[in-house]
Amino acid sequence: MKRYLKPSVFLLSVIPFLIITYKILFNKLGPEPVKEITHFTGEWTLIFICLTLAMSPLKKLTNFSIWIKIRRMLGLFVFFYASLHLLTYLAIDYRFDWQPIFDDVIKKKYIFVGFAAWLLLIPLVITSSQKMINILKHNWKKLHRLIYIIAIFGSLHFIWLSKTIFFKPLIYFLIILFLLLLRVRFKKIA
Amino acid sequence: MKKIKYSEITPEKIYNNRRSFLKSIGFGAGSLAMSSLTFLNNAIGSEQDNLTSYKDITTYNNYYEFGTSKGDPYKNSQNFKTKPWEISIEGEVDKPIKLSMEEISTSFVSEERIYRLRCVEGWSMVIPWMGFSLSKLLSKVNPTSKAKFVAFESIYDPEQMNGQRYPVLNWPYKEGLRIDEAMHPLTTVVTGLYNKKLPNQNGAPLRIFIPWKYGFKSAKAIVKIKLVEKMPTSSWMWASPREYGFYSNVNPNVDHPRWSQATERIIGEGIWAPRVKTLMFNGYGDEVANLYSGMDLKKYF
Repeated sequence: MKRYLKPSVFLLSVIPFLIITYKILFNKLGPEPVKEITHFTGEWTLIFICLTLAMSPLKKLTNFSIWIKIRRMLGLFVFFYASLHLLTYLAIDYRFDWQPIFDDVIKKKYIFVGFAAWLLLIPLVITSSQKMINILKHNWKKLHRLIYIIAIFGSLHFIWLSKTIFFKPLIYFLIILFLLLLRVRFKKIA
Repeated sequence: MKKIKYSEITPEKIYNNRRSFLKSIGFGAGSLAMSSLTFLNNAIGSEQDNLTSYKDITTYNNYYEFGTSKGDPYKNSQNFKTKPWEISIEGEVDKPIKLSMEEISTSFVSEERIYRLRCVEGWSMVIPWMGFSLSKLLSKVNPTSKAKFVAFESIYDPEQMNGQRYPVLNWPYKEGLRIDEAMHPLTTVVTGLYNKKLPNQNGAPLRIFIPWKYGFKSAKAIVKIKLVEKMPTSSWMWASPREYGFYSNVNPNVDHPRWSQATERIIGEGIWAPRVKTLMFNGYGDEVANLYSGMDLKKYF
C-alpha cells in the first residue's frame, strides 16, 4: 500500500497539466486562450500551495506521518505550476519582450509580488533533497518557512489583479490565512 | 487606404443570415451602404480589422450584472426580459421624455457601424454594431445650456440579474460623458450587432458605445439618460477613483495601475498571435482628438 502512495500523488498532481495540454492541443481554450492558460496554471499553483500548507496540520491532527511523506512532492508541484504560469506570461503572452515585462514587474504591484513569490520558491526547490536537509539541519526548517511568505504573496497576487472584490481570490486568501493561523496556535500549545 | 468588403471578412452563413434578417425587419438598403464602413478607422493595419466572430462577441463579455466570469453573461442573461422597455431622458432639458423601445426603433434608423472595442483589461474585438448617433436621440429633448454632462443609468433588477445580488459594483451601473463627447457622431446608441437584434449579454435592448474609450464606459441595458451640470460619478470611479477616471480614453501612454495599456490581445486570434500595439484613442484620434486639445490626458485619465 505504502509503495503506491507517492506514485499516486504524482499522477494526481499531473492531471491539471494534462488537462491544459489537451486543451491547448485541441483548441478548447475559448476566445482568449492565453489568459485561460495563465489563469489555469496560476490557480493550480495556489491550490498546490494550500495543499502543501495543509500537510503539517493534517499530521498533527491525525497523527499519521503519511502527510509529511508527500509534502515535498506537493511543494515541488507548486514550483512546477508556478513556473508554467510564469512561462506563459513571459513566452506566450509577451514573447520575451523584456521591456514591457520589466516595466510590469517594477510598476504593477500584483506582478511584483507574483514574481517575488516565484523567486522565493527557488531556494526551497534547491534545498528540497534529503541531502540538503541533512546539511542544513535546523536551518532547513527556518529556510522553508519562506513558504508562508510565498503563500501570502501568491494570494495577494490574485487579489490585486482582480478588478473589484471577487469571491475566488478572497477564498484562497482565507484558506491560506486559516492554514497559517493553525500554525500559530499549535506553537503556543507546544 | 484599404477598404474591406464586408463579404470578404464575414463568414458566409452569417452574411446570408444578415441578408434575410434585413429583409425581414426592413432596415432598408441604406443601412448596408459602404459609407458606414469608414467608421472603422482606416489607419489600422488589416490584421486588426478582421471582424471578431459572432460567437466570441456574444460569449466573451464583461457584464457584471450577470456574473464576473466572461462566460457568465451569456449563460445567465438568456431569460432577461427586455420587453417592455422604457428609457427616460431627463434633467437639464426643455422636454423630458420617456420613450419605449418600439418608439426608438421606429424613429431612428440603425445603420451598421464597425468599431473596435478595447477593454481596459488589454484585449480588443472588432464588432459590426447596429446603431445610430446618440446626438440624434438627444436632439429630441433640447438640452439646456446647463447640460454640461450626460449620465447614463443601467437597469437595476437583482431578481433577473444575479450579479446585482452582490456588491461587486455600486448598482445600478452608472456611466457618463461630457456633453461634447455625447454629441460626437461616433458616440452610438446600439440596438444590434451582426445585423441581428442586440443579444442580452451584449446589453439589450439598448446600450451606448463610445469607440475611443475603454469598454466599461459603454453602459448596457440603459433605462435613464440624464443631462446634468456637474460631472457624474461612474460606478467604476466610485469603486476605485485611482484606477478609473471619468474620461477613460484609450491611451497607450497612460497605464492603468493593474495593466499596461501599451499593447492588447485580439480576441479570437489564437494562442500564437502576438500582442498588437494599442492606438491612441483606439485609432479614432482623427475624429476625436480635438475634443481634448490642451488637456493633460495623464491627469484627466
